[in-house]
Order: sequence, then structure tokens, then C-alpha cells
Amino acid sequence: MRARLATTVGGAAATVSRLAGRDGSVIGGIIGLRLEPGLLSLLAADRQVVLVTGTNGKTTTTRLITAALAPLGQEIASNIYGANMEAGLTSALSRAPGAPIAVLETDEKYIPAMVKTTNPKVVVLLNLSRDQMDRAAEIWLLARRWREALAAAPGCRVVANADDPLVAWAASSARQVTWVAAGQRWREDSWCCPNCGSHLHRDGDDWACGECGGRRPPVSWVLSGDQVIDPSGRSTPLDLKLPGRANRSNAVIALAVAEAFGVHITQALGELRAVTSVAGRYTQVNRRGCEIRLLLAKNPAGWLEALDVLAPAPAPVLLAVNAQGPDGRDTSWLWDVDYRRLRGRNVLVGGERKLDLAVRLEADEVPFRLVNDLDEAVDLARAVAPNLEVLANYTAFQQYRAVLGRTQ
Amino acid sequence: MTRPLRLVWIYPDLLSTYGDRGNLLVLERRARLRGLPVEVAEVNSNQPVPRDGDIYLMGGGEDLPQTLATRRLQADGGLHEAANRGAVVFAVCAGYQVLGMEFGGADGAQVPGLGLLDIRSGRGERRAVGEIVADVDPALNVPRLTGFENHQGVTRLGPQARPLARTTLGTGNGDGTEGAYAGRVLGTYLHGPALVRNPGLADLLLHWAAGPLPPLPPQAGELAQRLRDERLAAVSPSQ
Repeated sequence: MRARLATTVGGAAATVSRLAGRDGSVIGGIIGLRLEPGLLSLLAADRQVVLVTGTNGKTTTTRLITAALAPLGQEIASNIYGANMEAGLTSALSRAPGAPIAVLETDEKYIPAMVKTTNPKVVVLLNLSRDQMDRAAEIWLLARRWREALAAAPGCRVVANADDPLVAWAASSARQVTWVAAGQRWREDSWCCPNCGSHLHRDGDDWACGECGGRRPPVSWVLSGDQVIDPSGRSTPLDLKLPGRANRSNAVIALAVAEAFGVHITQALGELRAVTSVAGRYTQVNRRGCEIRLLLAKNPAGWLEALDVLAPAPAPVLLAVNAQGPDGRDTSWLWDVDYRRLRGRNVLVGGERKLDLAVRLEADEVPFRLVNDLDEAVDLARAVAPNLEVLANYTAFQQYRAVLGRTQ
Repeated sequence: MTRPLRLVWIYPDLLSTYGDRGNLLVLERRARLRGLPVEVAEVNSNQPVPRDGDIYLMGGGEDLPQTLATRRLQADGGLHEAANRGAVVFAVCAGYQVLGMEFGGADGAQVPGLGLLDIRSGRGERRAVGEIVADVDPALNVPRLTGFENHQGVTRLGPQARPLARTTLGTGNGDGTEGAYAGRVLGTYLHGPALVRNPGLADLLLHWAAGPLPPLPPQAGELAQRLRDERLAAVSPSQ
């Protein structure tokens, strides 16, 4: 009774905050949790919960899993705006009280607590790499906490990327694991064995520790180029609208989750192919005759993947970096990204920390031009190409989105 | 021309948490711009540390990798050998602690360090995260340091080490000093690419290794200077 009351209050608060013009993601959850600290666990009871975590791709994968489960024909609760801590999860469930399924993006640090609280059917572990270390936990420590939390949750199935040694080590404590060869583009955080610390032998996507015997587990789903190989061994082209290797990787993970819900790959894949943008990412916008595409990347691994999906020259590339709280106030990570492949391209540099980026590009001998705002970049771009590729970190991306939104 | 300047990056597989490559790139660039040929060796923890390097670099790392790196460097002996014959060693954050007599390990126990610098580090109460500004020992003739720190270490210097700088903003060693040096072994809590905003410190290391340096070409250091000025102004707007 108390839970139901608090649920109503939480939902009402979300409605209020929606009416106030915000997306209502967190306010309802905060108020609801204050009234009933056990609210999230009550809301999660009797639902099939999927928790999605990792350093990169959480929002997109959550969206893809939600799409892949659509053939079930059931309502699905999800925190589609990326509010991924306890209050965000609570709000998402409050807003969809009747949804029997919940697909919830979850902050990496909150996974142990959320596994305990929501009793998930599936936990998805995508990848683990350095990210905003002025406020995020160190990743070896994080992997250990995941490992302990999953060992204590024998009822849950883990869908994990076997190609990421840190993720694989964390997931291997779980009772049931679906291993996915989802690839690993960024390797700078996994040259050493997470179990014993020895330098790993790596050969393609395979990895093994010569000391403690830790090795890449046998996989049942495989991303192979643009093809997915399912557990029966059959190969199917993914043909996604979303660009890039990282999204193909996210899609294969989503297919593995769909399978755990009994959704056949053919049906699930049809839904994945219909997804064209996720919370503004990959959106194409025309501004004064220039086709702008917005790419978001928040850390070195994300930038590496994003640089891979840039449209080819002559399209200019605008790189923008801020260092506000949500971005991490430390720009050191810029030095972990290899920009040399931008040599010979028309590169523009913006954002509040453009000088940090400029010095970085100079060191990689990538010529560039500093710009003060998006329109200056558009003007420069229009002189040489019909389109402009924009790659920005979190708040820089949001600032550009706001600028573009006003002209829509 | 003498032989190329040899830069050795120690254990990027264990000690390279956040942009540590920046220090290597800055040293390499500032040497090349002056016409000094450079050779770079990136040495992983399963490889022997070359004995004949001129400047050795060590980065930051989490607790467990820090302890593992220390054990391997002890067993290898290469860094000791190089430091004892006067090679330059520059280490940041976890690497700085590794150079010392001991530091706080993952489980709270003290771990013996390499003993190349007379410092002892332990774990502080609070994590120091944020911009740091510090005035360098005048004997080194290096302009004020600007950087970012992110550590929970507290470091005390013994009589054989001198403080690198005195903090005007941030935590550093925790007693108003920041970093330490002895001879040509130098460590700092400025984390990651510490040399990017401190080209003067980069040039000190190059000078130690290669002797008096020819001047940089005009404008080559201009962007770094702008970044440095911007960061210093951002944390002390009155100056």
C-alpha cells in the first residue's frame, strides 16, 4: 500500500516536471525515493528487468534492446533520456507502472547496488575503459565490484563482451553468461590480465594470460565485419542505419538479449534496422544549406570509434571539447586519442577548451583552424563541401544541439 | 651529430592511466623542433627496460597496476642502472610514488618503492582532484607549474630530496610542497600530460639529457603558451 502510494506520488511528480517543460526523468524518482527508500525494488518486483552498462554505448544499446524486444508486443519501461542512476531508474519505472519489461541504462558505478535492488533477468556488460577519472571510479576497481555483485546474483543472466578482458573477467563470476564477440577497438586499458596483472597475449580479438590461465571465453554470438553470426552458426548482414563498428557491436549485444527473451533474430534485426538516431546522436541537420551530422563521444575509446565513422574528405570535421562537470574537468584524455588520421583533412576546432585540443593536434601534426561557434564552422565548411561532420564531447554536443534546435 | 636522444616510456601497459603519452609527445616534439634526433622506446611490463636511455618516463596508474609495475621494475633493475649512471627520470602521479621509498598499496599496506627518490607516500584522507598551480624551486629556473591533479597520495620528503615546487593552488604533496627531485630524477603529482602546459619543465629535462638547447623556431611554442596563460588565468583571474 505504501509502495503504491509512493508510486503514485512519483508518477505525479514526473508529470508535474514534464508539464514544466523538462523530460521529467529524475524529479519524480528523487521525490518517490524520499518517501519510500525501497521504492525502486518495489517497482522492479514482478518485472523482467534488463540493466545495461559499460563505459560507452549504454544509451544506444538500451535503445536497441528496447527496439529488439518490440516484437513481444508488451509495454517496455526505459530511461530513454539517459538518467541512469537510482532516481532515473525509479522515474522510468514509475512512469510505466504497467510495463512488464524494463530496459534500463545504468551508470557503471551503480551496477552493484542496482543488481541487488532490481533483481534483473539480464545484465548487459558492454565495455570498460578510462572515462572522466576526476569523478568516475578507477576501472580495475569497478570491474572487481561488478564481479562481486554478479557472483551474488545467481538468478541473473549476463550478456557480456568476451573481447574486452576486463568485462570478461567481471562477468565470469556470474552463473549464466551469454558471451558475445562484440570486438574491442580501444585496447589501452586491457594490455594486462585483470586477474593477475600479467601482460596479456593478444592475437586479433583473442586474448589469453600466460600466467594464471585466464583467457577469452568461448562465444556464442559474433560480430564479424557487417555480419552477425548467431549461436546456430548462421551469418546475417546487419545492415543498420546507425553508423560505425561500435553500433554494430551494440546491435549484436541487443540481439543476444532479445534471444534471452525468446525473440528470434530475424524479427529483432528488423527492428534494429529501423533505428536511425538515438537522443540526438547521428542526427543530420541542415543549417543554412550545410548538412551537419552530430557525433557524440565522451572519452578516448568513444573518440576512437567516432573518428572511424567520419564521412570522408572533403567534408570538414569540427572537433569540439568542453570540460564542464559532466565532461570531466580534466582534458588529459585528449592525449590518449590518436588524431594522426585527420592529417590532410580540413579540421576545425571549437568548444570551451579548444586550446587544449589545438595543442594536442599540433603535436600530432594535424593542421586545423580555431572557430568560435558553430556558424563560423558552417561558413568555413560551405566554402569547400556540402556537409560538415561534428564530433563533440558531452556538453559541447548539447550546446550545438541547442543551437541547431532553435532553427528547426 | 651525436647519437639520437633516447626516450624510454616505461610500462604504458600498466602505468598510463590518463593521457600520459602526452609527456612523450611533448619531449619528442620539442627536441625535434630544435633539430635533435630522437628515438622512442615504449617498453611494456613483459619487456626488459633498456639500460641506455637518456630520459625515462613513467605515468599514472591504479593501485594494483602500480604495485605490479614496482615489483617488475625491481626485478628488472634497468631503471636503477640507468638512474645510477645519471639518466633523466620523469614520473607523474603513481609513477612519482613508485620512485620513492614506499607508497600506500591497494589493501592499505605500505609497498616498498624503487628507492630512487627519498620520499615516502601514503594514503590521505581525501582525494585531491582539480587544477594545481605551483612555483618551482628557483634553482631550476622553470616558470610556475600549471596542471591537474587527481590522487589520494600524501608524500613526505626525506633529506636527500628537494621539493620541486610550492603549491599556490591545489594539494601536491600535501604539506604545501609539490613533487620532488634529486639529481636528474624528478617526480610530480601533476598528472597525465604534465609537460603540455609546462614546456619549461620539458625543456629542463631535455637540457639535463642533452646539454644546452638550441632555441625553438619562432612561433613553435605559441599555442602551448596560450593554453598555459588561459589555464593560469582561469584559476587566478586577478592575475
